[in-house]
Amino acid sequence: MRPDGAGISAAAAVSAPRLDARREAWRRGVYRFRQSRMSMAGLVIVVLLVLLALLGPSLAPHPEHIAGGVSTAERFKAPSAQHWFGTNEMGQDVLSLVLGGARVSILAGLAVVLLGALAGTVVGAVAGYAGGWTDELLMRLSDLKLTVPGLILAMAVAAALGPGIVNMVFAIALSWWPGYARLVRGEVMARKQELYVTAARAVGAGPGRIVFRHILPNVMTPVIVKMSLDMGFAILTVASLGFIGIGVRPPTPEWGSLLSVARGYMPDYWWTAIFPGAAILLAVFGFNLLGDGLRDVFDPRSRR
Amino acid sequence: MDAAAPAPASPGAPPAPAAEPLLHIDGLHLWMRSFEGEAHVLAGVDLRLARGEVWGLVGETGCGKSLTGLSVSRLVATPPGRYGQGRIVFDGQDLLRLDEAQVRPLRGRRIGMIFQDPTTNLNPLFRVGDQLVDVALAAGAHSPQILGLAPGASGAQRRAAARELAARMLERVRIPDARARLDDHPHQFSGGMRQRVLIAMALIGRPDLLIADEPTTALDVSVQAQVLALLKEMVAEYRMAVLLITHNLGVVAQTCSHVAVMYAGAIVERGPVRAVLAAPRHPYTRALLKALPTRATPRGGLEGIPGVVPDLVHPPVGCRFAPRCARAGAACLGAAPALAAVAGAHEVACVHPHGPD
Amino acid sequence: MLRFLLRRLLLTVPVLFGLTALVFAIARLLPGDPVALAAGPNATPAEIAAYAKEFGLDRPLLTQYFDYLGNLLHGDFGMSLYTRRPVVEDLAAYLPATLELVFAAMALAMFVGIPLGLWAGVRRDAWPDVVSRTLALGAISMPRFFLGLLLQLAFAMALGWLPLGGRYPITLDPPALVTGLLTVDALLAGDLEAFATACRHLAMPALAMSLSPLATLMRMMRASTIEVLQQDYVQTERALGLPRRLIVLKYVARNAISATLTVTGLYFGWLLGGTVLVETVFDWPGLGLYATKSVVTQDFMPVIGVTLVIGTLFVAANLVIDLLYGWVDPRVRQG
Repeated sequence: MRPDGAGISAAAAVSAPRLDARREAWRRGVYRFRQSRMSMAGLVIVVLLVLLALLGPSLAPHPEHIAGGVSTAERFKAPSAQHWFGTNEMGQDVLSLVLGGARVSILAGLAVVLLGALAGTVVGAVAGYAGGWTDELLMRLSDLKLTVPGLILAMAVAAALGPGIVNMVFAIALSWWPGYARLVRGEVMARKQELYVTAARAVGAGPGRIVFRHILPNVMTPVIVKMSLDMGFAILTVASLGFIGIGVRPPTPEWGSLLSVARGYMPDYWWTAIFPGAAILLAVFGFNLLGDGLRDVFDPRSRR
Repeated sequence: MDAAAPAPASPGAPPAPAAEPLLHIDGLHLWMRSFEGEAHVLAGVDLRLARGEVWGLVGETGCGKSLTGLSVSRLVATPPGRYGQGRIVFDGQDLLRLDEAQVRPLRGRRIGMIFQDPTTNLNPLFRVGDQLVDVALAAGAHSPQILGLAPGASGAQRRAAARELAARMLERVRIPDARARLDDHPHQFSGGMRQRVLIAMALIGRPDLLIADEPTTALDVSVQAQVLALLKEMVAEYRMAVLLITHNLGVVAQTCSHVAVMYAGAIVERGPVRAVLAAPRHPYTRALLKALPTRATPRGGLEGIPGVVPDLVHPPVGCRFAPRCARAGAACLGAAPALAAVAGAHEVACVHPHGPD
Repeated sequence: MLRFLLRRLLLTVPVLFGLTALVFAIARLLPGDPVALAAGPNATPAEIAAYAKEFGLDRPLLTQYFDYLGNLLHGDFGMSLYTRRPVVEDLAAYLPATLELVFAAMALAMFVGIPLGLWAGVRRDAWPDVVSRTLALGAISMPRFFLGLLLQLAFAMALGWLPLGGRYPITLDPPALVTGLLTVDALLAGDLEAFATACRHLAMPALAMSLSPLATLMRMMRASTIEVLQQDYVQTERALGLPRRLIVLKYVARNAISATLTVTGLYFGWLLGGTVLVETVFDWPGLGLYATKSVVTQDFMPVIGVTLVIGTLFVAANLVIDLLYGWVDPRVRQG
């Protein structure tokens, strides 16, 4: 467009030897990822969290509290050497509870994203490949979700289904899948016309085989990027519903519900709320950083 | 006023017409920072424009002609640009020595600009009339006579006068139903009409100098001719000096009174258009003309110019065209040749120019 | 423009029907005995029988849906077990509070976020990409209920500048009811004291709700501004002598906003969803608090009532955004 010096460097450009295009893009992406300190920080946080989620209860100094044990003599102790995060109204060690809650929140968040992605991918693939009435119908169906904000929808469905973690996960996933459906549908439609599809059809492959074996593997990348971006918000939604009182039943610790109970003891016993809240913030932030970084790796054009 | 008047007239005789240049670009040097280093993009550009003259500035892509045009209006960002020695003297003032606040009143009001792509150069979200009015008001803020009002006029009066002026300008550039069209948006105009609107915008402030950067390149050939004819008319009517930047020699032949050929940041040949095009002296100009197909060109007989444009980050010492020139000799690799007259106003910057054949 | 408006309005109708169908589906999702659930955990067999008759569960599903639709149009949203009032009355009572909160949050996000973004885009060096990106990411990662809590700790408990919660002190008389929005009503009544009080109560909830969209709007606006500044028409505007202030505030602003505007619509949904969280923290008597309390007491009719109302508001908001977009960018009106 304008001669600001960009054209001049083109003259001096040297063409690189042709490597496999995808591998080259991957390597450049990884390089960019490593360059970004924020993305690396996100990766570190996430790895830490995942470890905590898996090992949490074993690392906790008072695993019995996670299971519901109380210790009323130790009520409301401020943070100290024995209890890094202090104790709550039942004498339970807040650090242990937060660690226990990590497992619930992260695994639940993961379940939500996986379920939503799976359902959405299937619907999107079918809609994209079949086209016509099926497509219209499925897309109208997924658009319905757009009429109600996600949290409200999840709340209503969870309330309808009844308490429990499984119901909660299902309820949240219900508001998640349309995003994936749209994404996959678009990608499948774009690839429907490509040569390898026609070739597969010529050989006699049925639509199911074509979609699942040939098209979907190519579509996986944006889906994975979206999944990583969604992880943070999934955890946030799980915590939000926990705060309202949906999902986890006591005594299972969950960050949102811990915060909800702690509200009543402000400001004197601030540690009962601050630490679970900070845990949520850290987890969501870490996953968002990672997701952002991954998106830059796979799709730098969308960087803003 | 300009201190250096060329060719002193003999006492008693009237001064030579169009004697003082309105614009004098004097040995302009510009460096641009890029990935690979600093590119020496303008290496001593020398141009003189007088009122009534339409100068074509030709050269291939990347030779620096656009940057030259942008430099006059001080639109080149510094950084990444950096000006070296040289002056841009406009009506007695060296524009390079002025700061932004002093340059802005000149833009639109004394120096008008038209750019290449009419689609992207008009703001798509605003009515055409609004955009014209704003330019008129900006010019009118410094020269109230443009709006034809007394200095104490109110804001509303100025707006009304500006709108009237905008309508008249649209009529002047032959937009049918001009007054109603003021309220239309750019996407409601065709490409050629949009370029006319841009011409109207550039000229609404009655500038003395017009810089047109590839004004017809994005247009269809038939529309091109119309727009060029319009430009010629208005140039004559307003008695402007015009710098018409293009890579199209046909446009130059049609529309310009003078032509300057640019290569790799320097002017290699300049003069009246008939003289230069009929008898090019610089090997580059000659090769350019030879590269144009004519009816006489035999099949498969197009001649290109061997070699590539020089790397401006590490430019060749001496004549920049020498690496590609069939006539180059040892003398060409010493210092860059300066412009010297070969016949009247026809000048060439070459050690071994062609003869007048 | 009018045709555009009508077209968009017409398209909203099927969407609203879809919403009612969705809500109906959810209502029928209940495991086990829906009648028992609607009647509540403490219902007697007689009450359950009465509900069963009312629900007409023996009729085909489609008929049930039309019955339901008919009820809705008559304003029958069921009964709340907790408040012992028709749900529609509760909804009408709580709606203004939620609207006031959401509008305040939206206004905060837009009128602070967008100008900040414009400024940040014009002065790129002062706000490098990394800073704005990290801030925005931090803001959207922050759980709203935690932020609300922190605000309470800081401004209400520690500093004592702002009230802890609620909408208006019980001890004072609220201004005369006109719109239901206390701030507006106070202004209409010319009562500046009341206005100040209402604002003080509104401040923290609105801030807690709006931080995330504020940060994102700022970031989007910043990116849009940077992109617009590189456009050809901006160069032409400069070349023809337009003053920088005019270029930025009139031209660049409008061009940059039109891209940011679509995101604003998305955020309205986020805000509406967030009412559930923020209203709970601040005891703000709106639809969100109503819904939360109902969930906890297993009072189901209010929950779907709230879902329906919020869904409608959301659809309405998207319509307004669409229309605004059409006004800002005339090219949209043609298509």
